[in-house]
Amino acid sequence: MTTTPEPRLAAASPPGSVPAGDAAAPAAAASGARQVWRRLRSRPSAVWSAAVLGLLVVLALAAPLLAALEGQDPDTYHDALVDSARGGVPIGPLGGVSGDHWLGVEPGTGRDLFVRLLYGARVSLLVAVGATVVQVVIGVLVGLAAGLGNRLVDSVLSRFTDVMIALPMLVLAIALTAVVPAGFPRPVLLVLVIGLLNWGGTSRIVRAQTLTLKQLDFVAAARLGGSGRWRVARRELLPSLAAPVITYAAILLPSNIVIEASLSFLGVGVKPPTPSWGQMLSTAQVWFRADPMYVLLPAGLLFVTVFAFTVLGDAVRTALDPRAAGRLGVGRRGKRGPRGPRKAVAATGAAPETTSATAPAPDSTPGSVPAPVSGSAAPPPGPGPASAPPHHDAPEDPAS
Amino acid sequence: MTRYLLKRLGGAAGVLLVLSVAVYALFYLVPGDPARLACGDRCSTQQVEQVRERLGLEDSVVAQYGEFLRGVVAGRDYSTGTAVLHCDAPCLGFSYKTDQQVTQLILERAPATLSLALGAMVLWLVIGVGTGLLSALRRGGITERALTVLTLAGTGTPVFILGLLLLMLVCAYLRWLPFPSYVPFTDDPEQWAWNLLLPWLTLGLYESAKYARLTRGSTLETLAEDHIRTFRAYGVGERAVVARHALRGAVPPVIALSALDFGTMMGGAVLTESLFGIPGVGKTLIDSVRQVDLPVVVGVVLVVGVAVVLANVVADLLYAAADRRVALL
Repeated sequence: MTTTPEPRLAAASPPGSVPAGDAAAPAAAASGARQVWRRLRSRPSAVWSAAVLGLLVVLALAAPLLAALEGQDPDTYHDALVDSARGGVPIGPLGGVSGDHWLGVEPGTGRDLFVRLLYGARVSLLVAVGATVVQVVIGVLVGLAAGLGNRLVDSVLSRFTDVMIALPMLVLAIALTAVVPAGFPRPVLLVLVIGLLNWGGTSRIVRAQTLTLKQLDFVAAARLGGSGRWRVARRELLPSLAAPVITYAAILLPSNIVIEASLSFLGVGVKPPTPSWGQMLSTAQVWFRADPMYVLLPAGLLFVTVFAFTVLGDAVRTALDPRAAGRLGVGRRGKRGPRGPRKAVAATGAAPETTSATAPAPDSTPGSVPAPVSGSAAPPPGPGPASAPPHHDAPEDPAS
Repeated sequence: MTRYLLKRLGGAAGVLLVLSVAVYALFYLVPGDPARLACGDRCSTQQVEQVRERLGLEDSVVAQYGEFLRGVVAGRDYSTGTAVLHCDAPCLGFSYKTDQQVTQLILERAPATLSLALGAMVLWLVIGVGTGLLSALRRGGITERALTVLTLAGTGTPVFILGLLLLMLVCAYLRWLPFPSYVPFTDDPEQWAWNLLLPWLTLGLYESAKYARLTRGSTLETLAEDHIRTFRAYGVGERAVVARHALRGAVPPVIALSALDFGTMMGGAVLTESLFGIPGVGKTLIDSVRQVDLPVVVGVVLVVGVAVVLANVVADLLYAAADRRVALL
């Protein structure tokens, strides 16, 4: 959306307010990171979602081990475990749950569901993380080039970025999968397709941030000191870009998981026999009544994963930029007005304005130390006025 | 205003031109032999050569693209040696599989997509915006927390999970509705609506999460602005403040985003259409990708491009119309 006005961001971060103390920078950076960590830890939702995701990653990594423990593998058919007279419905309760098959078996084929779900998690996470890395690398490079380049470079790259953001990525991804030879490894293809199509948001943020940072004294000082353009970019700009980029990557991850699942659901993603959650769901419709577990398990896993990533992403955003979060009223407890629309509205009416103008950033919890403007604003990584992660730019909607 | 529009449309044409070059290059140059694909597996070498000649595949790439572009603007003729196949003005070629004109094929599928998108938009405007307003005005209460969690869960959850669960619950277990199968509006409006009910709910609820977040955010921002404080200080009732002034700030982004989303959906709500078997543009895309029917794939991508670019222009116009502070340059 090009029309959403964003002047507030600029107004909230007057370039002059950032002290350029090179000596103080490392200390401030360290305390900044610690502060972010503390803020993250003090939010129960962040801790829970991180725990869930940690567990999922461990399970995915340990998939071969767990498979061995169960004594199954993802590809063996067990014809004896499905009732061929009823079209292949698993025999036994809850989709054939037994000591040998902890989560039952796949209808039709009798393959072990537990192991297939675990291997599906591997595919999901690998593709999502890989695609996110590609997106961030391209986004940062293009954004930096646009922000640092001359007017022509900037306008060409920005225009290109706008187009990439506007085009519906799912449609393009589907179309792209049509032209790739069948022998190409699908997970790699998915990483590339998703990565190459969906970097626009990152690039836009990096460009905006670069333009802001370029005006600051410490960058000017580095330039006067004789550093070349790319040296400035690497040494001075990249560290300050960390906060917004991390924030955005945290939003990209779940969206990439959804895109992978969607493509596999549509039959143009990961190909069988490689297990994938989306693929399982595409065949699940037939088994609604006969084997509901086959629908609910992959759907539940996918939902929990995406939800946990979303919650964690929100928490990371709040922790890195409590000021913006406070303005939008995310995660504030102590300052909530009493119930009832009238008073609540009156209370919020004034609060965001004052916080963004003068007061230190409101924090997610009363206990932790609020980030004072001077402390957090030292250039390298710490969150501060200069780092304004996206409020309006959600990643492209994977679709509908 | 007219100048602005001309400028925007000019830019849009440029974007589409670039897109068409990219798509054309990708789809006609990368994969194996288009003639072989067009002809099918059982063709003899001789037949393949005929197809190659008919499609003009022996000309240079640039010439081929030129022909393609001319076809889009003015239509073109394919000479088969004995007969001439004419392809009407916005010519996107013929489908490899059905030999139908791609333009015609897409137009045939458009009503289904349009039906789906329209109903879904009504739902997200009512449910999404309503939820967002409610959670912005009921800050601090249990309502807000519940709605926040709900929208957070809804944001990002794949639309097909919601659709599958709805299907499972409503059609398989409760049996309130039969499994939907698309009926054109012109055949039977009543059946059309009943069969689209679940797809509408699925897509509408899915989009609602996004709109709830957007509405909540923009309402809170507007409520925090100085002029609202001034109204309150003058003693304007809270109800009037919200209804007359806060809404004015909250509505423009919703309208603009709706236009964008609606435009994008014209290119097919691929997942929803595919899940419910709605024969729309998105379903066409998936089917043609599976059959490597390249002209249809290219056609759909270009149509999506047109829809998105136009939607962007319309969104900007609507935004400016809804928010008088924004001036079009």
